[in-house]
Amino acid sequence: MSELNKLGLAQARDALRKGDVTSVELTEACLKEIDGADALGAFVHKTPEIAMERAAAADVRIKAGDAPAMCGLPIGIKDLFCTKGVASQAASRILEGFRPEYESTVSQNLADAGAVMLGKLNMDEFAMGSSNETSVYGNVVNPWRRAGDDAALTPGGSSGGSASAVAADLCLAATGTDTGGSIRQPAAFTGTVGIKPTYGRCSRWGIVAFASSLDQAGPMTKTVRDSAIMLGAMCSHDPKDSTSADLPVPDFEAMLTGDIRGKKIGIPREYRMEGMPAEIEALWQSGTDMLRDAGAEIVDISLPHTKYALPAYYVIAPAEASSNLARYDGVRYGRRAAMAKGDGITEMYEKTRAEGFGPEVQRRVMIGTYVLSAGFYDAYYNRARKVRTLIKKDFEDVFAAGVDAILTPATPSAAFGLGEMTDADPVAMYLNDVFTVTVNLAGLPGIAVPAGVNGQGLPLGLQLIGRPWEEGDLLNTAYALEAAAGFVAKPEKWW
Amino acid sequence: MLDLTFDTPKPKVIAGARQDWELVIGMEVHAQVSSKAKLFSGASTTFGAEPNSNVAFVDAAMPGMLPVINEFCVEQAVRTGLGLKADINLFSAFDRKNYFYPDLPQGYQISQLYHPIVGEGEVIVEMGEGIARQVRIERIHLEQDAGKSIHDMDPAMSFVDLNRTGVALMEIVSRPDIRGPEEAAAYLGKLRQILRYLGTCNGDMQSGAMRADVNVSICEPGAYERYQETQDFSHLGTRCEIKNMNSMRFIQQAIMVEAERQIRIVEGGGKVEQETRLYDPDKGETRSMRSKEEAHDYRYFPDPDLLPLEIEQAWVDDIKASLPELPDDKKARFMGDFGLTDYDASVLTAEVEAASYFEAVAKGRDGKQAANWVINELFGRLKKEEHDITQSPVSPDQLGGIIDLIAKGDISGKIAKDVFEIVYTEGGDPAEIVEARGMKQVTDTGAIEAAVDEIIAANPAQVEKAKQNPKLAGWFVGQVMKATGGKANPKAVNEIVSAKLGQQ
Repeated sequence: MSELNKLGLAQARDALRKGDVTSVELTEACLKEIDGADALGAFVHKTPEIAMERAAAADVRIKAGDAPAMCGLPIGIKDLFCTKGVASQAASRILEGFRPEYESTVSQNLADAGAVMLGKLNMDEFAMGSSNETSVYGNVVNPWRRAGDDAALTPGGSSGGSASAVAADLCLAATGTDTGGSIRQPAAFTGTVGIKPTYGRCSRWGIVAFASSLDQAGPMTKTVRDSAIMLGAMCSHDPKDSTSADLPVPDFEAMLTGDIRGKKIGIPREYRMEGMPAEIEALWQSGTDMLRDAGAEIVDISLPHTKYALPAYYVIAPAEASSNLARYDGVRYGRRAAMAKGDGITEMYEKTRAEGFGPEVQRRVMIGTYVLSAGFYDAYYNRARKVRTLIKKDFEDVFAAGVDAILTPATPSAAFGLGEMTDADPVAMYLNDVFTVTVNLAGLPGIAVPAGVNGQGLPLGLQLIGRPWEEGDLLNTAYALEAAAGFVAKPEKWW
Repeated sequence: MLDLTFDTPKPKVIAGARQDWELVIGMEVHAQVSSKAKLFSGASTTFGAEPNSNVAFVDAAMPGMLPVINEFCVEQAVRTGLGLKADINLFSAFDRKNYFYPDLPQGYQISQLYHPIVGEGEVIVEMGEGIARQVRIERIHLEQDAGKSIHDMDPAMSFVDLNRTGVALMEIVSRPDIRGPEEAAAYLGKLRQILRYLGTCNGDMQSGAMRADVNVSICEPGAYERYQETQDFSHLGTRCEIKNMNSMRFIQQAIMVEAERQIRIVEGGGKVEQETRLYDPDKGETRSMRSKEEAHDYRYFPDPDLLPLEIEQAWVDDIKASLPELPDDKKARFMGDFGLTDYDASVLTAEVEAASYFEAVAKGRDGKQAANWVINELFGRLKKEEHDITQSPVSPDQLGGIIDLIAKGDISGKIAKDVFEIVYTEGGDPAEIVEARGMKQVTDTGAIEAAVDEIIAANPAQVEKAKQNPKLAGWFVGQVMKATGGKANPKAVNEIVSAKLGQQ
């Protein structure tokens, strides 16, 4: 078999089980590809020794007929996941040199399922960003380029390294995390599939926290089937995370029938934003048509509080972040600033945090501190929480009316150029999350599926939003959409 | 049943330069929950361990680590609430209190601002026989303790010990119902007693397992009554909070010093600023802890890592059913069942271990006598060596044995004290000691008669006098006791002497 790195999880799994290929061969192919892809900036800590060791162990299990779901499949892990003995620094200078003594539950689950870790993937610092430009490691480059244009594009963020690595076939799949769209937006920008499960499906234990009430891990893969396989391996009830759901994890892959006849798909009118690019509008319409043609019933729905979602998100997420990031103080681990004579603890905090955090993280810490401060708490944080409740109720009402899934664009545009937004108002960047944050605020599962390309040949994605805990059903709808869209484009290798 | 009728004590009045002032005090007591593990981690809570040896990843706030509530700590808080006759909130929630300090690794303390686990309760604080102050409890919430910063190990650096980080505390908040320094100390003492009875806090103030923030304000006579009628705080003066007190003596000193400071300010035409202060026992003054610019804005908000704490009434009922007898009830029962005085009952119920000891001794015996022996002999002897009841070398069985020997007439009360000393220092069974060492008193009337006859025969003149004056019979008794080495049964000697002298 040639170009093993181009396989998806399901394909590779089947090949491994048939004995057509070994995990060592798959892993070597990926490692070689990673070494040749430094220009993408996706892998920031490579772990070839761990990879080869796990691959060899996986081959033994496969031979013995004892292969769990992800056995022998090489994947990348977002830098936000703590991986035992391996640098885990959330793409931040402040966690320089940090090597945890523990393994996150999700990455442990994947290892237990036989997955092979190739290394750690770049991301926006502390998962704060939509373009992967806030990373201490430098930005990630999207393997896709506009037709006839060499300009480097963003892979989106914050899971930009994961998206770029999967799209460029550096690995078979990767983990991502999604607080406001950080899986779905990069997936849409890179022609990959990314699902954020229901809040509580994946344990947050061992994942560096950004906004605890919104953060969820999820897979980023080449196909919907691959997402189903990998999500099943990532989920578990974890007593170490109080917000982890004590629910059985169904066999998501077994639920992929492609049959969505009679399913009710809601098209929310509030997502038809003013100034929406025609290509996005057209994509949404074609996605709607595809689902209708597949036998689904299309209904117009209303999610009346949608317009308040983005402001509420940009109050709640920074508020939680300002508190979650207080622990990075230079006292116990990570970077501590050099001290001048006479400096005390206050100077140590100020200098450490000033040089350890990048500007976007500092901005959000300050916003969060402000909205929680005395006199502003009710006007901002409490009001945002109320809005969140209303947004959640919008969805509950729609689902109660029989809607099975909601179709929206995943992003307001295709991937934009790196540096293009540097001087823009930060709010312009925040608008990238406009279709995705509602899902985090409501704790729902959402998936981005590549559904077409724009006029410049760049991938575009659609988002499906499902009922809580019904990822299996959501994946099946996405599977039908994927089949109908027939998205097969790949980026042309330039790196 | 407990008699709840009591008179309220008089508030402390301080004479200022211009007028009299009364004191109003509220307390926030931090009580470390007795639990093997911390509030949100499995790390040990053992006091005095090697620095930084009892630290879980979450205690050190390692990235991605999450708190998980320790159910036993919740149970202890509920038990405490029930012991203080307080409302238990079936729904409570944890909030983050944000501030930076090196011994606070998370950068926030997990506490319960908006929805505490325990609501209103009360503590009856006795200030003398039939006099007591009813102090209302406003709330009890669970929170994490901080670690310890150590500044004196190195001239340039500070060190941090995280062993205490994350240990569960109950913050027990009183209403401003305490009216003087003695009441404050008595309140703390009573709280400590109840918590120790419940087994929810060891009450050790020296190790910091119990410490208090004391809110002090002054008011004109009569103003407090208006506050009590209306619950309108504007009748009271501005309060200052004296932080982190862990000595009953210093608490009393600090209250007086702070009250006097406030009186000086107000009588001088100034205004008391609401602030937190620290008491310096060396200088005998309170000092402001931080300026206004440095005042903390704690930015409390619900902790998103923890779900609200929802408990079931049935669980609360189970805990209630398992509550031990509490000090007030025990004291009343001791007075009722054993006929003890108020004072003796108070002394014996001060510590639950002492009360249990007493009950073991008193079982099947005369309660008053048992109380005398426990309080006067045993406590006295233990105190000499600065031991507490749990270190007593004399078991309740042994002490009971001594009392039994007196009751049987085998030994006199005087000899019993000697026996007690032997048991205390050497151990052994009192009956065997008495037997083996020939300490048993002589009740053989023949032997006593012989001794009496001998004394009468040798002292004819005294006999004549005694016949005139029966009071002189005591002299003969003394002589007989001397002759028998104190072992003659005094009652028998008395009777025989009287008979022989023809007084009966």
